[in-house]
Amino acid sequence: MNGRIVSVFGNMVVAEADGRVVQNSVGYCCRGDGARLLSEVIRIRGRLADLQVFEETRGLKVGNPVEFRDEMLSATLGPGLLGQIFDGLQNPLPQLAAQTGYFLKAGLYLPPLPTDRPWEFTPAVQPGDAVQAGDTLGTVPEGMFQHRVMAPFGLAGALKVARVTAAGPLTVDKEVAVLADAEGKEHSVTMQQTWPVKRPLAIARRRLMPREPLVTRIRIIDSMFPVVRGGTYCIPGPFGAGKTVLQQITAKFAEIDIVVIAACGERAGEVVETLRTFPELEDPRTGRSLMERTIIICNTSAMPVAAREASVYTAVTLAEYYRQMGLAVLLLADSTSRWAQAMREVSGRLEEIPGEEAFPAYLESRIANFYERAGQIELRDGRLGTVTIGGTVSPAGGNFEEPVTQGTLKVVGAFHGLSRARSDARRYPAIDPLDSWSKYVGIIDPDKVTRMRDLLRRGAEVKQMMAVVGEEGTSIDDFTTMLKAAFFDNCYLQQNAFDKVDAASPADRQQFVFDKILQLVDVDFQFADKDVARRTMVQAQDLFRNWNYAEWRGEEFKKTLAQIDAFIAAKGQPRTRAEC
Amino acid sequence: MRKYYDQITRIAGNVVTVSAAGVGYDELAVVVGRRRTSLAQVIRLEGDQVSLQVFAGTQGVSTGDRVRFLGRPMQVPFSADLLGRVFDGAGRPRDARPDVEAERRDIGGPPVNPTRRNLPGKMIRTGIPMIDIFNSLVESQKLPIFSVPGEPYNEVLARVGLQANADIIILGGMGLRHDDYLVFRKTFEEGGVLGRTILFIHTAADPVVECLLVPDLCLAVGEGFALQGKRVLALLTDMTAFADALKEIAITMEQIPSNRGYPGDLYTQLARRYEKAVDLEGSGSMTVLACTTMPGDDVTHPVPDNTGYITEGQFYLRGGWIEPFGSLSRLKQQVNGKTRDDHRAIMDACIQLYALCRESREKRDMGFEMSAWDKKLLAYGKLFEEKIMDLRVNIPLEEALDQCWAILAECFEPAETGIRRTIVEKHWPKTP
Ligand SMILES: Nc1ncnc2c1ncn2[C@@H]1O[C@H](COP(=O)(O)OP(=O)(O)OP(=O)(O)O)[C@@H](O)[C@H]1O
Ligand SMILES: [Mg+2]
Repeated sequence: MNGRIVSVFGNMVVAEADGRVVQNSVGYCCRGDGARLLSEVIRIRGRLADLQVFEETRGLKVGNPVEFRDEMLSATLGPGLLGQIFDGLQNPLPQLAAQTGYFLKAGLYLPPLPTDRPWEFTPAVQPGDAVQAGDTLGTVPEGMFQHRVMAPFGLAGALKVARVTAAGPLTVDKEVAVLADAEGKEHSVTMQQTWPVKRPLAIARRRLMPREPLVTRIRIIDSMFPVVRGGTYCIPGPFGAGKTVLQQITAKFAEIDIVVIAACGERAGEVVETLRTFPELEDPRTGRSLMERTIIICNTSAMPVAAREASVYTAVTLAEYYRQMGLAVLLLADSTSRWAQAMREVSGRLEEIPGEEAFPAYLESRIANFYERAGQIELRDGRLGTVTIGGTVSPAGGNFEEPVTQGTLKVVGAFHGLSRARSDARRYPAIDPLDSWSKYVGIIDPDKVTRMRDLLRRGAEVKQMMAVVGEEGTSIDDFTTMLKAAFFDNCYLQQNAFDKVDAASPADRQQFVFDKILQLVDVDFQFADKDVARRTMVQAQDLFRNWNYAEWRGEEFKKTLAQIDAFIAAKGQPRTRAEC
Repeated sequence: MRKYYDQITRIAGNVVTVSAAGVGYDELAVVVGRRRTSLAQVIRLEGDQVSLQVFAGTQGVSTGDRVRFLGRPMQVPFSADLLGRVFDGAGRPRDARPDVEAERRDIGGPPVNPTRRNLPGKMIRTGIPMIDIFNSLVESQKLPIFSVPGEPYNEVLARVGLQANADIIILGGMGLRHDDYLVFRKTFEEGGVLGRTILFIHTAADPVVECLLVPDLCLAVGEGFALQGKRVLALLTDMTAFADALKEIAITMEQIPSNRGYPGDLYTQLARRYEKAVDLEGSGSMTVLACTTMPGDDVTHPVPDNTGYITEGQFYLRGGWIEPFGSLSRLKQQVNGKTRDDHRAIMDACIQLYALCRESREKRDMGFEMSAWDKKLLAYGKLFEEKIMDLRVNIPLEEALDQCWAILAECFEPAETGIRRTIVEKHWPKTP
């Protein structure tokens, strides 16, 4: 099916079509020099189709041909995705560089999966077996995982295995099986298949309520505002507050099978950092290179705007694919606001009626649909798989009262709000412990969490009051409360991402230290005056901070623990809980 | 092919619409009038209607003018002959010397493949402790100075330009006052770097659209030199003027503004430029230091706000010094672990204590009694401002670190600084 360009405005092209056009299908705008620019149909009016072009439109002319396809924008799924770095349209960037050098080139598309690499295939079915879409036909080892080769997700109904290829090395384009559908029609199956990125991929018996904590090894998250496997959370914050660093350390330390990083409309340098450091880092759980469990999808801010949308959808589709194998996948999207802005740009060019801050009216539903793709599913064979989504939000002016933040807060399970005041004071991670929330239960007993939240709140109240009445006007009890809150903040909530040990705190360590902190907070100090109080708490802080830098259960750790115990014993009796 | 189109159907704002065929999007054109000829760029194609943004503005353009299309995007001549020269926002010589004859580079070219970028890792020493210790500048960084109008931002920019030791310095002036232009020239001349400097200057008196081209011209030329293995430093001032020019154009194009009149793609437009900062694998680099004036000292204004989301940190210039709070170099951790083992500890401790000092000052100003601790903090803050923050201080990093230890030791007990024991034991000044 063909058409011709009738107008070009930014990354929007209007084309006149000769026949049938499918909404959200793919089209190629053919530039005079032979380049074919990937585009997507986003509106149809009579014979006119509006396309958003995923490339710079420089050089396109009125009258240039447009090729319309039936298929939707799709991701290619199969072994070999792990460890790769793709652009938003799933082009492998290192291979692009090998062809075009330093600069990206519009209209050059390469196969996402290496076609020359053989995989050791082991069949898991026999001719005659009954299967359905998503069932395992065989496996190939991919890094540390058994990658499941699954019956095509798009084949509906009951299927029967007609033939299956014997065990041995195969490339992704070779047939591994032939499946017959209910009508007896045979379908050749290879290790790779495609799936439209905007359609959720969840072939499952049922969706479950996610409950299992996802341990990120970041104390303030795991202990205070936990995330669960299959859950969703968002990190809004002004620029420079630490959203990206938080996601980077999560990608490094989280106890999860696979991490998909979607760098959407942000800095190229940040991707480079991941790219250059991850291969050298160890996965904390398996001891293998971190890159083996990571996929990077990157559409940086200088890359074409329309591909930002494609990048987040491609990323979530890859995450869902590995979920179908019964794995726990974490998708980190940075920043969802850039995607929302891309929607705004397109909507503006379509001259749709703008909503708040010129965002389109469908902004909220798009955000909701995206986060809905997270979740825990029970696969047909009873195994569980999860996709967890954590997205950053970059609100204009750092003000959370804006459409993207608000639309996101309505749908996520946890909110890690970063505060300018905390990041300015270098209190990292700058998650505001008073504003943030989580609907999930984590690794610390919720009662204990509530007690510490109360302490923080009272501490903040005292601090506010003190700003008015001064230190003299503050009672020693209130003053002590404030110091205890500050102690908890400084020694527990804050964490040094650049220290080898402190950067990642495993769950059992968090539980242990949290209890020790409670023990200290429970001490009835009976301070003689405020200077004594302050000095004592400085001492406590010094002990706990150094404790954080000591290897978990190492000599130094034990030594400091003994000092802490001695300190607590010397300072008096713990109050009963009711008093505290 | 010298085909002229003479059917001009609309003239509005800086945009001229002409009936023409076979024109490529983003292509360059010349509008030839009786009195003058000006460059223009295709910004919309609709059937046979081609809308052009005229760089020199549409004042004086008539329906009798003719348009010729050049079949290529905007370009800039590129060769070593550019060094020491001054051009305007359309790339014409501004120094009464002849045009540069050289091969041309497209401006606004494609982005660098991220996999061909190096991890930044070379510190640029500026001699300004507030930068070197607390927010180290790194080669290939993109960093703006956020400044209230009236602060000496151009001086700081010029000083860093001089001390940074780059191979090539490219200055892009947007809406620059003529005096400022002369100051830059003089500084570079006296510093003996004029011979490796290229200036693209748009002054407040020039047409608005030409302002839009300045960053692209600078960055295209800079990129060219970086590809030749040079270490380029691009200085752009004032990016707020650039953004205001974008706003003006967007409004004449009847685009729906998203925030205070600025177009919804302001982020993308700025990012496209700033992202040209790069450390190329196996070749040179380009560092971009810009100035963004903040209207009304409001950092949530769309221009500084969008900039902050793009750049790798920012320096706040306020009250004559680089503010320790809010100022941030995001690449500092790439270099400050390799300088001296106490660098990071000093950086964290000094800022946290200075933050506490400001709290104590607030309390004092409200008339509250100062505790012993408050007094320590006040003394510390005073010393810190005099010996570290003052912009006149010009010392190497190591000396500045020693200076910080001396100040800490004068004011505090080691444990009060929050610095970990191992570092304190090594660096705490032994004799009082
Ligand atoms: N946990 C942390 N520990 C130490 N420093 C941090 C931490 N988090 C952030 N920072 C500092 O803050 C800087 C900015 O952080 P980051 O890049 O994550 O901000 P951001 O919120 O993603 O900003 P933007 O919205 O502009 O992308 C970092 O470069 C680093 O210097
Ligand atoms: Mg970020």
